[in-house]
Formats: sequence, structure tokens, C-alpha cells
Amino acid sequence: MHSSTGILRAAGLILAAGMALLSTAAVSDSAVTPGSRAAGMESCVAPTAEIRRNHMDYLKHDRIKVVHDGVRDVKNSLAGCVACHAEKDGKGGYHPVNADGQFCSGCHEYLAVSLTCFQCHSKQPEQKHSAAASLSGEENAGQSGALRLLMEFDEAPPLSAEEMAQLHAVSREE
Amino acid sequence: MPMKKLHYSELWCSSPRYWGGLAALTFIILLGMASAYYMEHSGHWVTGMSNQVVWGLPHVFAIFLIVAASGALNVASIGSVFGGPLYKPLGRFSGLLAIGLLAGGLVVLLLDLGRPERLIVAITHFNFKSIFAWNIILYTGFFTIVGIYLWAMIDRKAQKFYEATGFAAFFWRLALTTGTGSIFGFLVAREAYDAAIMAPMFIIMSFSYGLAFFIITLMSAYWWSSRELGSHRLEKLKNLLGVFVGAVLYFSLVYHLTNLYITQHHGVERFILLDGGFYTVMFWLGQVTIGGIIPLFMLYSPAFSDNRFAIAIASVLVLIGGFVQIYIIVIAGQAYPMTLFPGKEVVSSSFYDGVVAAYSPSLAEGMLGLAGIAIAMTLVAVGARVLKVLPESLEDPGADSA
Amino acid sequence: MTGKKEQPQDMKRREFIGKTVLAAGAVSVAPGILLTVANAKTEGEGASSNIRWGMLIDSNKCVDNCTACVDACNQENGIDLMQQPKGQGDEMWNAQRPQWIRKVKLRDRQTGEVTNLPMMCQHCEFPPCVDVCPTGASFKRADGIVMVDRHTCIGCRYCMMACPYKARSFIHQNVQEQTVRAPRGKGCVESCNLCVHRVDSGASTTACQDACDKDGHKAILFGDLKDPESQLSKALKEKSSRQIRADLELNTGVRYTSL
Repeated sequence: MHSSTGILRAAGLILAAGMALLSTAAVSDSAVTPGSRAAGMESCVAPTAEIRRNHMDYLKHDRIKVVHDGVRDVKNSLAGCVACHAEKDGKGGYHPVNADGQFCSGCHEYLAVSLTCFQCHSKQPEQKHSAAASLSGEENAGQSGALRLLMEFDEAPPLSAEEMAQLHAVSREE
Repeated sequence: MPMKKLHYSELWCSSPRYWGGLAALTFIILLGMASAYYMEHSGHWVTGMSNQVVWGLPHVFAIFLIVAASGALNVASIGSVFGGPLYKPLGRFSGLLAIGLLAGGLVVLLLDLGRPERLIVAITHFNFKSIFAWNIILYTGFFTIVGIYLWAMIDRKAQKFYEATGFAAFFWRLALTTGTGSIFGFLVAREAYDAAIMAPMFIIMSFSYGLAFFIITLMSAYWWSSRELGSHRLEKLKNLLGVFVGAVLYFSLVYHLTNLYITQHHGVERFILLDGGFYTVMFWLGQVTIGGIIPLFMLYSPAFSDNRFAIAIASVLVLIGGFVQIYIIVIAGQAYPMTLFPGKEVVSSSFYDGVVAAYSPSLAEGMLGLAGIAIAMTLVAVGARVLKVLPESLEDPGADSA
Repeated sequence: MTGKKEQPQDMKRREFIGKTVLAAGAVSVAPGILLTVANAKTEGEGASSNIRWGMLIDSNKCVDNCTACVDACNQENGIDLMQQPKGQGDEMWNAQRPQWIRKVKLRDRQTGEVTNLPMMCQHCEFPPCVDVCPTGASFKRADGIVMVDRHTCIGCRYCMMACPYKARSFIHQNVQEQTVRAPRGKGCVESCNLCVHRVDSGASTTACQDACDKDGHKAILFGDLKDPESQLSKALKEKSSRQIRADLELNTGVRYTSL
């Protein structure tokens, strides 16, 4: 009867340790695929551990800003994620970012959390699927980095240093 | 004259009949769930619904069941709020039936949503200007209030809540059915809606369908369990149903007469009453004749005065007529085109402007709807077996006094 | 006596469970707390109520059998990427596919006069679709654009029942391919949003206007109703225009002339 206390204590300890482990996201394997833009970058728009844990909250917050307030230039844009993390398929196009073996499934399959984002959102970065796609070139140039990712992706000019700093967590101490 | 003490007991009937019945109902429910899964998984393209007729057969079933649910509580209200002694023993079963019918209707409604997995969103995000949002609150509140009402009726310890919950349930369901009718009444867009009469018409429809459901289920339960159901009590219920059927006919008459007087609405009236083809036939044959005139005759004619079978058949016909009435309100109201350009006829449009929209229900929609009825009946059957809601005997009072 | 001996153990178990739940709660809540602090900055951009987007359509300039605006809208908003499901009839496909803008040809019953015009969401000031949406997904933005937040839409289609112009479309099938600028998925409702993705990026025209202008008809004019210097406001001052179903007093943002 008294020995059950010992088992309970051990179970509690294991449970707490497991939670602590999960909460620190000590798992360090990267899900970034080699053929994606992200493969060549130091870190995402936030430190890896933070973005892993919170990306859904960041996206949820910024989608309200985009849809309801019309603020397009957000740090956490889903199109931005896809643009960086989609892997080229070697035939001029991209693999769908949520396909098997691609970026999203790297963690989501293990955690058994199903994604519904891509039921509606494009799984690939914007590709030039027609000449009359969106704005003309001059209007493009005036836009900031995140917005440009929405447009003719393959022709998007490289990001300037300020845009790089704005979009990516280059350094956390300010 | 001492009244024989009323004793409620769980419903027992022969096992093969009970379990066989439950098995059949479960089978229908499973078919309905499979249909719902099919429709949700493939998308609504597999149904007969389109951008023209956006609410189809599942909504007809759902609204029918929800309207009947609030009316089924009528019997209990007459017993507790209006103090009718003959109705008081029927109160518990009335509450159970109301909960069952509402649950069945809501299951169908929710499974027909474009995104049923977003039910959490629906109960956490409310636009309080929307009568639909209010309906969600009214439906969930109905379960709570009738649940407590039922508890107050069954449990002696909760008797102190009986009066308060009786009144609360009565007013709540008036609000609920007003809300359901207003879903259509508040729409300015369509000629067949946009009318203040929709709310009270739905109230009176609920009285009629709810009582019809009540009579059928009560008679079946007592017949299958060989319990006595007094003729006098049944006659009271029958006469009340007749009044409600007549009232529904009256409200329909006023609704259509008013529309006929308004030149702007002549188009939709002509469509329903004269040249709508299927809808016209269903209106005159289904709603008016089968749902109104024949039941009135069967309920009041001296030829059927002692005939229990006639009462049962009349109730079934009322339900069929009621279903058709809601079908016409929901479907015909959408099928008839809106007049965007008065005085002009539409020569061509890729979006079916100016033409009557086609709608033919698919099998999956029908199965889902039937599953709703089956869910309601299952809840009632299980509830009556588990809870003490049915009196051992409903013989007429004073029947055994010497 | 034995009861008293049992009690401490019960307390220990309760304490253990309580502390574990507390720890689990703290672990799950903590990141959220950090999140709200981190994102407390304010933005000055975005849709503003100083603007009200609207449109003027001249039905005299609208040409019979031309579908330039419809085709442009379909392409701009990725509608042309949707395909007829296998096994579906053509008639049902036409009734179920989304149509944000459509061409309507009318003939006056009395005079026989023929009119052509494009019909789309009228972006009312008092939109019935916004009033009836149970979750608030159908909303009017500060700048007057009426649209659907499809993250919150549950697909109940009540807005489609309520719209006096039948402007809304429901997506009846799984959507395989979308453009980045116009997400689209099964089970939600959508309608013309005055090319909101272009408007937010600083464009001054919608896709339909561009197409109509390109074809030389110039029947569609998009602009700011609140700006007296805008082309739209000036055109509205010059020409006599009206709303469709004006008697409903919805104060639509889209107006028509020569109708």
C-alpha cells in the first residue's frame, strides 16, 4: 500500500520531466528542406525554438491584422512562410509545402496535428502563371519586402539589408 | 373523489420489439452519418444545392424538427403554466420529446454546414445582430432550461423549481420559435420572406407539428407497452390538434392573401399557387389538403369520433403536410428569382438571374434528414426506458370511481 | 481510526494531481503571456474609414456578348483554377461554381430596350449579409469593402440567403490550386472584394476595370467615394446614377448609370 506512493512519485517526476523537455523544444532536428530558400538562412522570422512553439499564434494574430485591418505588411505572413520554406522540385516549380516529406510534415506528422491552412491557402509560392497576374512592374518596386513575396516570386528582387533585419531575427538584443 | 395516485415508471415493452426498433433506428442513423461524412468530405457539389438554392432538404428536415420540438413542449406548458389537470401527467414525456426533437434537428443542421468542424468558432464568436446567432443561444438554452424543468418534474427534491422553470420554458420556447421564424422573416432580399407574419406563423406551426408528434409517440408508446390511454384525455389532445391545424391554415391564408394584395409580390404568389409545377402541386395537395383539410375532417367529423386509428393517421398527415409547408417556405422561397430590375426581363445571365432555380434533392441529403428524425426517436425511446416519464396508466380520471 | 490514517494519503494524492495540473497549466499558458507582450506594437497603416471604395458602371458602354470583366476577375482571383469535379453535370457545375461578377442582359418589358451590365457584390453601407452572419465572418471593412473572413466562416450560407443581389458564392468542392493572393477552400462563402489584395498594395484600379479599359469600353470606374477629387466622385457628380434595389436603402457603393 505504501509502495504505491513511490511509484506515484516516479510517475510524477517522469511526467514533469517530459513536459519540461517538450516545453523547451529541446528537439533540435531541423525540418527545413535542402532545396528551399530557408536552407540558406540563419534563422526564421523568430528564433527557432520560439517559432516552433508559437507560429500558429503569430499567424492567427497577423491574419486578423491582414483581413480585418488591411495591414498587409506583416512579419508573420503565411505566404512568407511558404515562400521561404517551399522546396524547389527541380522542374521549375515547387513541391507543395505541406506534402509528405516536406517542411510542414516534418513536425506535424510526428505531433499528429493536422493542418487546415492549405485547404485554402496556396501550398506553393506565387509563380508566374499568367502575364496579367497582378500589378505592373513599377508599382511592384515601391512595395516592401513581405508584399513583394506575394507577387511575381521568381522575379522578386533580393531583399535589402533593412528588409532582411525586419523580416528575420538577425539579433535579439536591441 | 380521491384521485388514484399517479405512478410513473420506465417504459417496458417486449424486448425483441424494443431492441429491434432501436436497431432499425441506429441503422438509419448510421446511414445518415455516412451521408454527412460523404457530403462534408467531397464538398457540397455532391448535393442538389447550388449558389441559387443554398439551403436544401437537410435544412427542411432540421427546421421541421426544431419547430416541432418547441411545440412538443406545449403539452407540458398547458399542464404547468395554464393549469390543465388532464395535461399535467403528460408533462415529463413532453419535455423529453422536446429535447429529442431539438437534438435531432440540430444534428442535421450542424452536419450540413460547409465547415462543421468549426462549431467551436460558432459558439465562441457571436454577431449579436444576427438572428442566427441568437438562435444558437436559444437552442442551447432550451436544452438547459427544459433539462432543469424535466428534473423539477421528476425529482421530488427539485419540485421547488417546477413553477419557475415551467414559466421559463414556456417563454423561452416562444422566443426560440420566434427566432426560427424570423430567420426568414428578417430577410428583405426575397419576396417570399420579408414578412412579420413569419414569426407568429412559425409559432402556430410549432404548436401543430409538436402536438402531432406528441400524439403519435404517446399512442405508440402506450400501445407497445400495453398501458392504458384514456379516451377522454386523447379526445382533448385530438381537439387541440384540430384547433392548431385550423390556425395554421388561417395563418397561411393571411400570408398568401397579403402577398396577393401586394403587386410586387404577385410573381412569387403566382409561382407557388399557380404555375410553379412541383411546388404548386405540393402546396395544394401536400400542405393544404393532406396537411390541413383531411386531418381537420378526420379529427372533427363524427364519423371518426371514437376512432383512435383515425387520430393517429390524422397526426401523421399533419406532419407530412407540415414537412411540405416548410419545404415550400425554404426551397420555393429560394427557387423563385429575386427581382433586381423591376420592369425588365432578364434575357441572359450566367448566374440564373430572373429564372426559377432548379433543385432536386440528392439521396445523401435525404438520408441525413431521416437520420435526424431517427436520432430524435432514439433519444425519446432510450429516455423513456431509462427515466420515469410515462405514467403507468393514463386512464381517464373518475373512470374507476363507483 | 483507520479513516484518519487514510486521510493523509488522500491529501498527498490530491496535492500531487493539483500540482501537476498547475504545472501543466503554467507551461501551456506561459508562452501565451510572452506572446501578448511581444506583439503590443501598434500599426498606423491599413484600411481607413477616411476612404470609401465604390464603383460606377455605365451600362450604356457595356457591350453585348463581352465578358472581359468576368474573365479578368476569374483570373485575378484564381477562380479559373477551379475545375469541374469528375462526374458532375455541366448544368450543376454552372450552378455551383463561384461567380464573383456576372454579365446580365435585360430587356424592358414595356419599351423593348436592351441593357447590358455586370453584376457583383454591391458593397452596401448597410449590408444584410453582415447583419445575418452568426459568427461575424461576413464583415464590412473600415474602407467600405464588404467581404468574408474565411477563417471564421462556418459555411452556413445564411448570408447567401440574405443578399438582395445574390452576390455570394459557396465553394462546393475541394480546391486543389489557389493563387497566393486569393486563398479559396471548400465550405466557405466568398464574393467580390473589390480586388482587396490589389487595393491594399496601393493599386487604384480593380481587375475588371483594367480589362474593360483595355478593351476600350471603359464602362467600369473604381474609386474613392469620399474623395471629392477622385475620378469616381467627379463622374458621379456629372452623370445621374442610381443603386440597384435602391428602395432597400442599403446605400450601395456600386452605382449604375443609364439604367
